[in-house]
Parts: sequence; C-alpha cells; structure tokens
Amino acid sequence: MFSFTKENLQRIEAEKKKYPTVESAVMPVLWIAQEQNGNWLSEAAIKATADVLDLSPAHVIGVASFYTMYNKQPVGKYHLQVCSNISCSLLGAKKLIHHLENKLAITHGETTQDGLYTFSEVECLGSCGTAPAMQINDDYHENLTIEKMDELLKGLEK
Amino acid sequence: MISLAGYEKVILPDIPNLNQIAVYEKHGGYEGLKKAVSLSQDDVINEVKKSGLRGRGGAGFPTGLKWSFMPKGDKVRYLACNGDEGEPGTFKDRQIFEFNPHLFIEGTLIACYAMGIKTAYVYIRGEYVKWINILQASLDEAYAKGYVGQNILGKGFNTDIVIHRGAGAYICGEESSLMNSLEGKRPYPRIKPPFPAQVGLWGQPTTINNIETLANAAVILRKGADWYSKIGAEKHPGPVLYGISGHVNKPGVYEGPTGMSLKELIYDVAGGIKNGKKLKAVIPGGSSTPILTPESVEKATMDADGLRAVGTSMGTAGIIVMDEDTDLVEALHILSKFYHHESCGQCTPCREGTGWLEKIVGKFAAGTATQQDYDLLLKICANMEGRTVCALADAAAWPVRNTITRFKEEFEARMIENKNKAGWDYSMKAVSGV
Ligand SMILES: Cc1cc2nc3c(=O)[nH]c(=O)nc-3n(C[C@H](O)[C@H](O)[C@H](O)COP(=O)(O)O)c2cc1C
Ligand code: SF4
Ligand code: FES
Repeated sequence: MFSFTKENLQRIEAEKKKYPTVESAVMPVLWIAQEQNGNWLSEAAIKATADVLDLSPAHVIGVASFYTMYNKQPVGKYHLQVCSNISCSLLGAKKLIHHLENKLAITHGETTQDGLYTFSEVECLGSCGTAPAMQINDDYHENLTIEKMDELLKGLEK
Repeated sequence: MISLAGYEKVILPDIPNLNQIAVYEKHGGYEGLKKAVSLSQDDVINEVKKSGLRGRGGAGFPTGLKWSFMPKGDKVRYLACNGDEGEPGTFKDRQIFEFNPHLFIEGTLIACYAMGIKTAYVYIRGEYVKWINILQASLDEAYAKGYVGQNILGKGFNTDIVIHRGAGAYICGEESSLMNSLEGKRPYPRIKPPFPAQVGLWGQPTTINNIETLANAAVILRKGADWYSKIGAEKHPGPVLYGISGHVNKPGVYEGPTGMSLKELIYDVAGGIKNGKKLKAVIPGGSSTPILTPESVEKATMDADGLRAVGTSMGTAGIIVMDEDTDLVEALHILSKFYHHESCGQCTPCREGTGWLEKIVGKFAAGTATQQDYDLLLKICANMEGRTVCALADAAAWPVRNTITRFKEEFEARMIENKNKAGWDYSMKAVSGV
C-alpha cells in the first residue's frame, strides 16, 4: 500500500502549478513518491503517482523507466554511486570500485544482505575536476582514495 | 597571443559570498538587467549579437542570432535553461550555481525581457541536489527583492523562473529531449524541423540556452558589447570556463579569455602533467570532441577556428588530459560504453551502432580484435554520422573515428596478429598507471 501523505499532496499541488499541463509534473511527483517510499518506486507508488496526475500507470512507468535515478527496486540505506567515466578512471576509479566490491561482496546494482549498502557504478557526476568522485545518497564525495573511501564507510556504520 | 596575464575574471570573480544578493548588488549585480529594461527588446538582442557571444553548451551557436529567431507577437513563449551538464569532462555550470548564481539569474531575466518570455525553466541534472538548493535560495532572494516575478523593476515586465530537477539521463541535455522531459513525456529527442523557436515547449516558441551562456549575457549588458567583444578570440570572443581534468597537477575550473593556447592551460594554469610524466593525448571540449595528439596540442588555441585547424572543436571547453601511461584503448572503451548506455534507442543507426562500437572497441581492450574489426569500426562510424534524429550518434562516432586513426599504432598493437609483439597486460584493465 502507498498513499501520499497530506503534506506531500500539498507539495504535489504546488508542483502542478509550475507547469501549463498536469502531465508535466510527473518528474517532480515521482521524486516525491520515491522520497516518501524509502528511496525507491514500488508499483503502488507508481500507481499513486499516476492517480494524482490522472495519467495511466503505463505512461508513468514509461517515464520512470527511462531515468537511472528513479529506483525500480529497493536500495540500501546508503546508495554508493561511484563514477567510472573517463576523468575518474584516469585517476583510479576502477581500483576504487574493485576495492568496494570486494569489501562489500556486491557488484553493480546489488544490495548487501543487511540492507545497508547498494553499490552502483554511475556515469560522469560532473566532478571531473575533483576526481575520482562518488555520491552517497545525495551527497558528493570527491578526490577519493581507497583510504578516504574506507573512512567514509566507517563513518556511516556508526 | 591571448593569455591569462592581465585578464579580469567576470563569471567567477574571487569575491566571497557572491551568492548573497547584497554582495552581488554591491559588485554591479543586476545593473545589466536595469540597462536591459531601459532598452527596447530588439536593442538588447542586437547588443548580444554585437558582442559575438556563442553558446557555451557545446554547439557554439551565436546567441544573439538564436534569440532573434523567436517570432514577434504575443504568443506564449518559453526559455529553457540547460543545466543538465552531463557531458563527461564537463563540470562548469555547477560552479556558476555555487559561486555566482545571481549572474545566471540576471542573464536569464535579460533573455526573458529580450524575447518577451514570461516563464523560464531551469533544467538541472538530478544529481545536483546541492546546487539546486543553492540556486533555489538565491532565486528566493531575487524574488523577494523584486528582480523576479511580477512588475520587475517597476517596468511592468513579468517573469517567473522555475527549477526542474532531472533524473539521470545524459540525453536530456539535448535540447529537444530536454523539452520532452519537461513536458513529462518519455524524453526522446524530436525531429527537426520544426525548430524550437517555432514549435518548442508545449508547442510554443522556445529558446534553449546553456547556463554559462546566460551568465555571459548578463556580463554583456553590464559591461557593453564593445567591451565584451574585445576579450579573447576575435570570432569567438568572451570569457569562458575551462574545466581541466585528468592527469594534471591542479585540475579544476578556470576562467579565462577564449583563444588561450591549450599549452598554457595545461602547463601553466593547471600546473602541468602529474608526476612529471609526458603528455599522450588531450580531449579539448568534453568527451564528444575529437582527441588531439601532443603535436596538435602544441598548436591549438581554445576557440572555434583554432580548434578546427587541428581537427576538433570547442564543445564545452572540458579539457581531459591524459599522460603517457594512459591506455587509450581502455579510455575509448569507457566512452563507447557511455554512449551506448545513453542512446535513447529511437534511431536504428544509433541504437545498433553504439552497441557495436562498444563491443568492438571492447575486443581491442581484450586483445581479441583483428584488422577487420578496425575497418569495421570506421564503417560503423560512417553509418552513424549525420543519419540520426539527434547528435548523440555523432558524439559517439567521433571519438572512435578520431582515436583509432590518430592513435592507430596503439590499436594495432592490440590486434591478435600483433599481440606477441606488444606486451600489454590484458588482465589489468586499469586505464592508467595511477
Ligand atoms: C547528446 C547531447 C547532450 C547534450 N547535453 C547538453 C548539456 O548537458 N548541457 C547543455 O547546455 N547543452 C547540451 N547539449 C547541447 C544542447 O542541445 C543545446 O545545443 C544547448 O543547450 C544550447 O545552448 P547554447 O546555445 O547556449 O550553447 C547536448 C547536445 C547533445 C546532442
Ligand atoms: S541519435 Fe541516438 S540518442 Fe539521438 S534520438 Fe537517435 S537513438 Fe536517440
Ligand atoms: S568523469 Fe567522473 S565525475 Fe566526470
């Protein structure tokens, strides 16, 4: 089951007012749905999004599935998104990824058994000048080294 | 020769807290907007034309000319501000959001005034939550001060600015994909014509500009087109944000005039190659622009003509520097994988072509490629270039074509027939010695 909270329904009304058509609010409403649903979009969350916008669920799925940041399955408490594109790879991103995969025993798209971490290899984050870079949920971490990454993970466990 | 010596920064000046409106106003902020509203709409467009400003989003289209394509009359029309910033090697618009957001807001208002636009949408990539928040805070300040909203500066001109958050799709930076994304559709690029100035957002006339382009428009109105057009390269003037990444000692975003020598940027501004290594290759304007050999880097200046002369282009001015230990085959494989992942799949040459490019470049990376594969890569590129709805297919083909021809020996060394001679470690799969 999923239904928008009263507060989120208000936010949705505000989003709708920003565009000349209701359909255009689908992305902001999907963001709100994902946030309320614990960082992923369940079928019920998609259905609720479609309902508040008077769209077909198929249309909403069509939109959501196009974008990598709408999570179609549950993700861990910490979503580790490491850039493996060119500038980061020039400065050792592949080694970082290798280290992380070994340490957590998961690969791209997987979540640890305790539900703490999901690891994703992502495309350029716009941090090429402070490479290698990663996001943990919405936060950027840059100029990474293996040591710095270990420190970051340690900080999270507490 | 154009150089950083004596250059005064205007896009990202070293002024603390410039993101606060009071500080911004103290340093000439919103003077350009006041100037603009004292002129006719056409005069503002002419001023931007006269300045010589060309778009900073990748294609380098003359901005004043683009603005003049908007039809006259009272049809509802829109501005889309492109902050999708997804091109690998590009990380400059976020600096504007963080350090000089009001300059961008001011430029957006000037564009809206000039084209009679009442709503501007700022499309910002989904990952940039931090920068969306910074911009929103500045926008709230600008609304509170009466620079945005109703009856701006008491001149009866109304404009709202709305931030729209993307959700992780490189193709949404392409202007027509961006418009479909904003409309809540699946963001497939649109066939042109019709062009956005005729049929754009929600079927109405629309202009799309990059964030840095709009920031430049504010500078032009504040300082005047005559002042502006004297900065940098004569035919491609103005300040530009160079983003330098890869194997340099001081990577980062540096503001300078267009037309600087690539050598000065790499060796002086960015502190030279890391660990005293030699240079192997440079991608000068984001991942889609053709790669340069060290001989070309010696000659290149960072403007449209200077880069055309060495067979590449300015793109986003995102300079990716690679040292002598870089495995260019693996580097190209990363880019081919990226374009394949980001192809929207609408056109067959792009959907199939990007997949083949990734696969065959992967064979070189694995050391299982042959001369036939090399020839096939060139054929696939020819079948992609200029044959699709949007330029992503070209953006995927150019790096392949140019890397395998300009650095042919490196690809030849990875062919099965030459494997024993080369001595590559195929198990390593690291892109560089770092
Ligand atoms: C695949 C693709 C991705 C693009 N991504 C961006 C982008 O992230 N930001 C941007 O400003 N322009 C991007 N562009 C260019 C836009 O289509 C458009 O030319 C630009 O936003 C126009 O602004 P300008 O005239 O101010 O440069 C992209 C183009 C293509 C083909
Ligand atoms: S060229 Fe590629 S990305 Fe562009 S519309 Fe065609 S399939 Fe989509
Ligand atoms: S390549 Fe990793 S942030 Fe740009």
